[in-house]
Amino acid sequence: MVQLTAPSEGRILFEGVSKSFQRGAAATAALRDVRLEIAPGTIFGVIGYSGAGKSTLIRMVNGLEKPTSGRVIVDGIDIAALRGARLREAQKRTGMIFQQFNLLETVRVRDNVAMPLRLDGVGASAARARADEVLDFVGLGAKADSYPGELSGGQKQRVGIARALARNPKILLADEATSALDPTTTAQIIELLRNVNREYGTTILVVTHEMDVIKDLAREVAVMADGAVVEQGPVLDTFLRPQTSIARDFVTTVVPQGLPDRVVAHLGGEGLWRLLMVDDEVTQPLISDLITRIGVGVNMLHADMTEIQDHTVGQMIVKVTGPGDRVAAARAFLAERVVHLEEVAA
Amino acid sequence: MNDDRWTLITPDLFGDALAETLQMLGVALVLGSLLGIVIGAVLALTRPGGVLENRPLSLVLATMVNIVRSLPFIILLVAILPFTRLLVGTSIGVWAAIVPLTVMIAPYIGRLVENSLLEVPSGVIEAARAMGASPMQIFWRFLLPEARGSLILAVTIASVGLLDATAMAGTVGAGGIGDLALSYGYQRYDGFAMILTVVTLILLVQGLQLIGTRLARRYRRR
Repeated sequence: MVQLTAPSEGRILFEGVSKSFQRGAAATAALRDVRLEIAPGTIFGVIGYSGAGKSTLIRMVNGLEKPTSGRVIVDGIDIAALRGARLREAQKRTGMIFQQFNLLETVRVRDNVAMPLRLDGVGASAARARADEVLDFVGLGAKADSYPGELSGGQKQRVGIARALARNPKILLADEATSALDPTTTAQIIELLRNVNREYGTTILVVTHEMDVIKDLAREVAVMADGAVVEQGPVLDTFLRPQTSIARDFVTTVVPQGLPDRVVAHLGGEGLWRLLMVDDEVTQPLISDLITRIGVGVNMLHADMTEIQDHTVGQMIVKVTGPGDRVAAARAFLAERVVHLEEVAA
Repeated sequence: MNDDRWTLITPDLFGDALAETLQMLGVALVLGSLLGIVIGAVLALTRPGGVLENRPLSLVLATMVNIVRSLPFIILLVAILPFTRLLVGTSIGVWAAIVPLTVMIAPYIGRLVENSLLEVPSGVIEAARAMGASPMQIFWRFLLPEARGSLILAVTIASVGLLDATAMAGTVGAGGIGDLALSYGYQRYDGFAMILTVVTLILLVQGLQLIGTRLARRYRRR
């Protein structure tokens, strides 16, 4: 096993995890033989449509759900095997945030954040002092005396994050934590979670149905469908070369792909290509080189650029025209200069 | 009795009746609320899917609650007289009424408390479990504070029901405003007694509801 340097705690291992729910006579499989390794200190995203089993998966890390078979190992401890007081001890090493924030409405922000420590028997003033510290970290120090009902959604989620961090956990679980927020607030929460990861080396497991969240937050991603992990890898790789149609659909929500069918039907065939470029590749004079050095005609149909995981990813769809051998030469020329080239078909 | 006074009600008579009613109401409400919160908590926690799921206990308690609640108060009052005598040593007077009043109101409050606790969003309980709270901590630190406003309203509703039941306490010689209305206003055709007791009861209910609503608003943050 690879030993990573910085954080040594916060490793999550899913070993052949399956879960089925009994509904009357029929058993529905929520998870099928999931195997994942989440390294300490990483931000790992799980994406899937609702009902894909991703929520069941994340809830196993802190024992809110039990697998029917398989093991969920957090820092060497099989969470699925724990019960009662020993399970509660294990749960205290993990923080969790939720889509609906799940704060106590009748309790001030400060006391919401202090709650995990109060459960541990920490005195009121010490717990509150720690709460103020964490609230400052999430940028809500000024709201410590407010009630959750007086806060916006984004502020409530900050309180949720502060509460989850109060015990200084090695693992933070985010269950659709931005799904109830608008895009601007989502971006702020993502930035905060990245800060948490950077400052404390916290492993963050994020479950979402929004590919934007994966793009901006996660380093690795697992795509789930129908209870199984269908694709897994570094986020950039998944964006550049999605292997499954589900992954491709999710990538399309961030990087629009393809042309209107009418255009493809009109221009289709040899020479209609989609090119993907990463970082320095995006600044090459590709089009002018194609025209002057290869001697083909180039019709630019679409181009865009986006930022994924601190990488610039550019996309172009071109129609290259000319004699057959020239088009083949153009393809060979491009293949050496872009990370990915594929034919666009109807 | 041939009495030509315009009413038989004296300030003393009225003052005693009011004191008896308030005593019955207050003691039965406090005892009934304490018992009711325990009953409601056990019902809410042990029900299927609750944090202390326990089907046998849940079923037994729910059945007992339903049995007591099936009986009209006047029947409960006389039916448990031996139990009352065992508990307070007498079967007449204010204390003899407080026992059946408590027995009547506790399961009622229990059901209201159960509902209040079940109204707490399941996400709050999920968050509590995720941070490793024990079932007792979930109850004391999460469910109870979040349900506080609705619990106060539940006790308010119960207190009005309790006031209603105190009118029948005259049956065991406990007196009270209701007894005044029946024995003077009704049986002796004392119109003033009737009006006075009706107005008093209305004011009592209004007061209880006002206090309950105010308190609930103070504790409810939404």
